[in-house]
Amino acid sequence: MNFDIALLLIQDGIVNGALYALLALALLLVFAVSRVMFVAQGEFVTFGALSLAVLQQGSMPGTVWLLLILGGLAFLADLAVAWKTKRWEGLRGSALLNLALPILLGGLAYWLAPLKPPLAVQVILAVALVVPLGPIVYRLAFQPLANASVLVLLFVAVAVHYALLGLGLLFFGAEGWRTPAFTSFRVSVGPMLVSGQSLLVIGSSAVLILLLTLFFNRTLWGKALRATAVNRVGARLVGIRTEAAGRLAFALTALFGALSGVLISPITTIYYDTGFLIALKGFVGTAIGAMVSYPIAALGALFVGLLESFASFEASALKEVIVFSLLIPVLLWRSLKTHHVGEEEEE
Amino acid sequence: MNAVLLRRAVLGLFLLALALAPAFGGDFTITLLNYIGLYSLVALGLVLLTGVAGLTSFGQAAFVGVGAYTTAILTTRFGISPWLGLPAALAATAVVALILGWLTLRLSGHYLALGTIAWGISLSYVFGNVQGLGGFNGIPEVPSLSIPGYKFETTRQYFYLIWLVTLLALASIVGLLDSRPGRAIRALRNPVMAESFGIDTARLKIWVFLYAALLAGVAGWLHAHYLRFVNPGPFGLGYSLEYLFMIVVGGAGHVWGAIAGAALITGLKTWLQGILPKLLGSSGQFETIVFGILIVLLLQYASDGLMPWLDRLLPRRKVSRAPAEAKALGQAAFPARGSVILEVEDAQKAFGGLMAVNGLGFQIKAGEILGLIGPNGAGKSTMFNLITGLLPMSGGQVRFQGERLDGLPARAIVGRGIARTFQHVHLRPAMSVIENVAIGATRRGRKGMVSAALRLERAEERQILFEAARQVRRVGLAEHMDDAVGSLALGQQRIVEIARALAADPVLLLLDEPAAGLRHQEKQALAALLRGLRDQGMAILLVEHDIAFVMGLVDRLVVMDFGEKIAEGPPERVRRDPKVIEAYLGSAGTGP
Repeated sequence: MNFDIALLLIQDGIVNGALYALLALALLLVFAVSRVMFVAQGEFVTFGALSLAVLQQGSMPGTVWLLLILGGLAFLADLAVAWKTKRWEGLRGSALLNLALPILLGGLAYWLAPLKPPLAVQVILAVALVVPLGPIVYRLAFQPLANASVLVLLFVAVAVHYALLGLGLLFFGAEGWRTPAFTSFRVSVGPMLVSGQSLLVIGSSAVLILLLTLFFNRTLWGKALRATAVNRVGARLVGIRTEAAGRLAFALTALFGALSGVLISPITTIYYDTGFLIALKGFVGTAIGAMVSYPIAALGALFVGLLESFASFEASALKEVIVFSLLIPVLLWRSLKTHHVGEEEEE
Repeated sequence: MNAVLLRRAVLGLFLLALALAPAFGGDFTITLLNYIGLYSLVALGLVLLTGVAGLTSFGQAAFVGVGAYTTAILTTRFGISPWLGLPAALAATAVVALILGWLTLRLSGHYLALGTIAWGISLSYVFGNVQGLGGFNGIPEVPSLSIPGYKFETTRQYFYLIWLVTLLALASIVGLLDSRPGRAIRALRNPVMAESFGIDTARLKIWVFLYAALLAGVAGWLHAHYLRFVNPGPFGLGYSLEYLFMIVVGGAGHVWGAIAGAALITGLKTWLQGILPKLLGSSGQFETIVFGILIVLLLQYASDGLMPWLDRLLPRRKVSRAPAEAKALGQAAFPARGSVILEVEDAQKAFGGLMAVNGLGFQIKAGEILGLIGPNGAGKSTMFNLITGLLPMSGGQVRFQGERLDGLPARAIVGRGIARTFQHVHLRPAMSVIENVAIGATRRGRKGMVSAALRLERAEERQILFEAARQVRRVGLAEHMDDAVGSLALGQQRIVEIARALAADPVLLLLDEPAAGLRHQEKQALAALLRGLRDQGMAILLVEHDIAFVMGLVDRLVVMDFGEKIAEGPPERVRRDPKVIEAYLGSAGTGP
């Protein structure tokens, strides 16, 4: 390996690492608020990327049907609960989120797709179609299990991943998609030629991470999420509804997932099952941050990106083996540091 | 009809139906049953590992792969007999399992689950990407099995072999769970309690993990020679998830649930793979959609799975587990009455800057009841944990019959003859009273997992259960012998804790608030029991808040406050000690 190749690998690693960092932060946020290790996050990546790809073909993406069906189910679930408890006041909000919004977005996609609007509009539409899936999935799969153990919630997340994977195959087919680059801009930094797409990925990730930080520190909703993360019972006592916090966290995670998908689709060919592996790498980063620290998780994700990049050069067939094997010593180290004698296992 | 006979009849019908299946079923049915058998084998291991021991593995398919690839390579490249491929497959699986187990079993709860996902994915990529393993095309022309004069070739010929192995594995796990090591495995979900009764939880976890992996390895060996072809597909994360789904659907803690779940998931998958592409108008693995939704709904509404529900259809058997007679277990002799058996010297325990126990020292003599009292937060329970090795000491010494105890793990300390109860009960609620008490006698047996799986330890098991039953009667819970502990009142559960501690054959008994939640008569019975034990020569250290109970019972008192000893002596004297009065009631001089 010479210096030029190393620089290229570093650039590659940082670009991927930036995306993993984005996903790692979203995963961490969801875990902190809802205790769900949301392994199905990758499907949002896939849906974002593939929705954009389909929109660029001038067709309406299958995400619309997914949104309409799952939204309808979520509304029915809320309706059933309202019927049983005879409390109807929450139903209007549920109808807005689960019925009106999907219909509105679906109509928009139906109208705009054949017109082939500018790229920016397509990107916004693709992401907007995915974001409501976050709270809808939360409502359907996780909200009824709010008091379950982390392990059961992980199990549910795996099952959700499994279902969404099949739905992705159904709505997008088995072939891979790659969207054209957002920009053909290139710039030389020293000896290195950096593509505009790389800069865009790194820049967007940095901006999004900054926005997330501001959101947490400066807004009431952000503070409510932090409060829920620290102590769910306490947050409830001061009037923060944990369900609303869960919905918000899942909306944010869907947003970050879809954005990552949109950003990565010009760099990598995306298949219906690609997202899962991408998100799992974000998970390795999260684990390095011990599922608690945002900055360390982001750094960990960056490290995973670099490791992957160099591994793919040195032993390309085994790069996934190397990246995922890294998780074991990391978890081991984490587990040893946090283990107490007398800690009781979950039943 | 009587319940036991009815259950045997159902089992007999199942076996008969299985035995006759090749005579009546078509090729498709038999193939399906073969797959169900193979999957059940893996799921059985998971029932033990995840359902019973509470260790989640998302990587079980990888072990199937290790077994399958080992035998495939040895038989195709080196021309080795498939029958030698079996021990080789088992050895390879064992090596991989021991390394991965050593690495990941230290992780707790969801960290463990994530760790297994990590190596599950890693191994499946190894199968697909390592040169020499045939890549994604796999290894063709794996030889089929044969014995002199008989060649296993058809689906029907493999049927009996696969199901013979599966049913043997099932029998081994049934035997294992109904034994001394089986109770220890069931205690693994409560490591504090398990360690306190002499169970080396770290080692036991590895054994359980190894056994589950070996069953998967056998399934892999069968898979390779039955299909005569090995490729990475069936050993990926997706299949690992399906194995877990099987035991969730079947009922995670139920041995038969493995077969029920494997049958249901395999049947459903086959049916869905036939019907969904027609329904949806395109081909692909759409059954994942249905499985995903099914599992989410199951976990939300029926997390117990199929087996408990099936179980309720048949009447319960009402045979007591207590053996009518057995040879008594050997008992340790009590030391001479009045000799000092436990010395605590300058015991210290710091939690950060807080000294929970600060320079405490006392002695206990054989045949004496010593009360340890003090206000809430005085450090009494911490002192218990220091003696029993659940917490490491920050300073000082504990000597038991002249031997240093500090630094020893809890499981070694119970082996020296010190047994305890817990302030917050640590019992396995779904297990019966006698089984919970039998956990206490774990250290008095020697037979391990292999003997249990082969049912070679029935004599010792009878001795242990006989001893457990004796202790249950001794503490006055004979009529609850076979009830689930979770169904008892909290006060009674504390008494079960005492019986369990007695089953460990202690010289020194440590009781943490045994009288809490008891009615007056029950307290009197408890006091009589403790006096009886003392008169036999046992030493008892008692932490208790019920002062009337303590005063009437103990020979001496040690009073703690803020981690320090403020008084020691006979109850009448301590009761008048001004320092004790101040600690309990506050200073008399501060009132208005």
